[in-house]
Amino acid sequence: MPDIKVLFFAKAREVAGLSEEAVHLQEDAAHTEALVALLVQRFPSLSSVLQTCVLAVNQEYVQLKDKVPLKQGDEVAIIPPLSGG
Amino acid sequence: MAPAEEPRGDELEQKERELALLKQRMALLEQEVADARRRQQHAAASTTAQDGPPPPRSFACSHSLSKEHVQRYSRHLLLPSFGLSAQERLCQGSVLIVGCGGLGSPAALYLAASGVGTLGLVDHDVVDLSNLHRQIIHTEARVGVHKATSAAQACAALNSLVKVNTHMDGFNPANALEIVRGYDVVLDATDNPTTRYLINDACVVLGKPLVSAAAVGTDGQLTVYNYGEDAPCYRCLFPESPAPENCSRCADAGVLGPVPGAMGVLQAVEVVKLLGGVGDVLAKKLLIFDALAGRFTTVRLRGKRTECVACGLCPSITRENLAAYDYVAFTGQAPTDAAPSLSVLPPSLRVTPQQLQGVMSSAAVSGRAPPAVLDVRPANQFSLMHLPNATHIPFEQLDAKVEEVKDLIRGSKCVECSGGGSAEIGEQRPEAGLYVMCRRGNNSQLAVARLRELGVLNAVDVVGGMENWAKSLDPSMPVI
Repeated sequence: MPDIKVLFFAKAREVAGLSEEAVHLQEDAAHTEALVALLVQRFPSLSSVLQTCVLAVNQEYVQLKDKVPLKQGDEVAIIPPLSGG
Repeated sequence: MAPAEEPRGDELEQKERELALLKQRMALLEQEVADARRRQQHAAASTTAQDGPPPPRSFACSHSLSKEHVQRYSRHLLLPSFGLSAQERLCQGSVLIVGCGGLGSPAALYLAASGVGTLGLVDHDVVDLSNLHRQIIHTEARVGVHKATSAAQACAALNSLVKVNTHMDGFNPANALEIVRGYDVVLDATDNPTTRYLINDACVVLGKPLVSAAAVGTDGQLTVYNYGEDAPCYRCLFPESPAPENCSRCADAGVLGPVPGAMGVLQAVEVVKLLGGVGDVLAKKLLIFDALAGRFTTVRLRGKRTECVACGLCPSITRENLAAYDYVAFTGQAPTDAAPSLSVLPPSLRVTPQQLQGVMSSAAVSGRAPPAVLDVRPANQFSLMHLPNATHIPFEQLDAKVEEVKDLIRGSKCVECSGGGSAEIGEQRPEAGLYVMCRRGNNSQLAVARLRELGVLNAVDVVGGMENWAKSLDPSMPVI
């Protein structure tokens, strides 16, 4: 069971109510799609934030629609766009 | 002695407008006088220098910088990684800063100081007191002055070698290309997604690099779009605009002053590198600043999206049709950071601050219990100030605390019953059972609508919230 560290930024941090979270994934579902599904289940209001955000695995951009494999110790960042200034 | 008659609301607004115009005129005059004085001094200096034949030049140099340039930019010229040729390129470069706010303030000051050749400053707004905690290019004396004018004055005062253009009408689809065309690099220092998409598209169709930053709360982001072969544009990363409720505005969510400051300074760093031709420009990378954690993170970004409507293989946004593109429809948001003004309740469920004050006064005079007032603002706003006897339940907790709301109405009615009045709301007395108050009159309407769904039918909202109360009844109230 890989342990994944999820980092929440900006609006994602606000709706999740925390800045990071350790998530355990099943061996047969160790990918970003499963992680996102799990996060939405845990934080339902994260769903619409996830529609428009940058998802990064170990500081590398990945497409939300892709099924990127995840392994023990991977860090996944959810980065919604900021528009203020 | 009779007190001086207070001006009416519309008269006051008129006076405020007049005052703002006068301040603006005064600032312009001050600028003109300062410029004229500076020209006089320059003229006097050059006359003195021309007394007698100029001494023969005893040195050789083959660059475009004057003695004044060399003195002023000496610390750049000493820097091995920057030096003479980079400074010359910087001095010949031009930068457009869209937005003279929290990001644009430090960016404009550092770019003027660094010696950019031409600086273009765009804004549409005037300086407000609430801007000054982060928009440090402006001053107390320039509250009410157009932000582009105010920023231009600060830049001119800092470095008279820099040519400063002001673009006073803001940035919109009709003027975007015309403005951007005249500059080498564009800085996105705006505060709303609608203008961000427009700036992006204008930069893509004209082939300009876009140094983009944003800051809200304690978070900052920075990247350079549309730079180099494969760097993405804003639309490549965010093809769909975020839902309005997911776009935090500084005007609602707040912002820690130095955070946009840090991001604006970093934008200036990227421009200096980009124009000077040194270092690695932050393209295809997103720099994220988490001020509370004290952490910078850099994320590697994707390349261009081939299907991108702006920079993809078959773009649908072009030089020809950009002016007609409906950016407001695309994002669903007005091109400002002001909160939209909602109107979801019928007039019968709304009262003015004056009406509520009337109900409170007549209750006090007749010895009845005060009307039940529910304040749905967040705790930090409630603790700044609230109406006497207001009960505080934040908007988000209404569902969970609806029984408390019902008790509040019952409590207020029972006191009145014991005083001999009728318990029948809306018959014996004109007022409602519950007055819902918020900051600006948006959430109070949503709260009344939600309470009706939860079975509370005798609640009304106070139009315009505490902001309107302060404006129309008590200017001493410290509203935010």
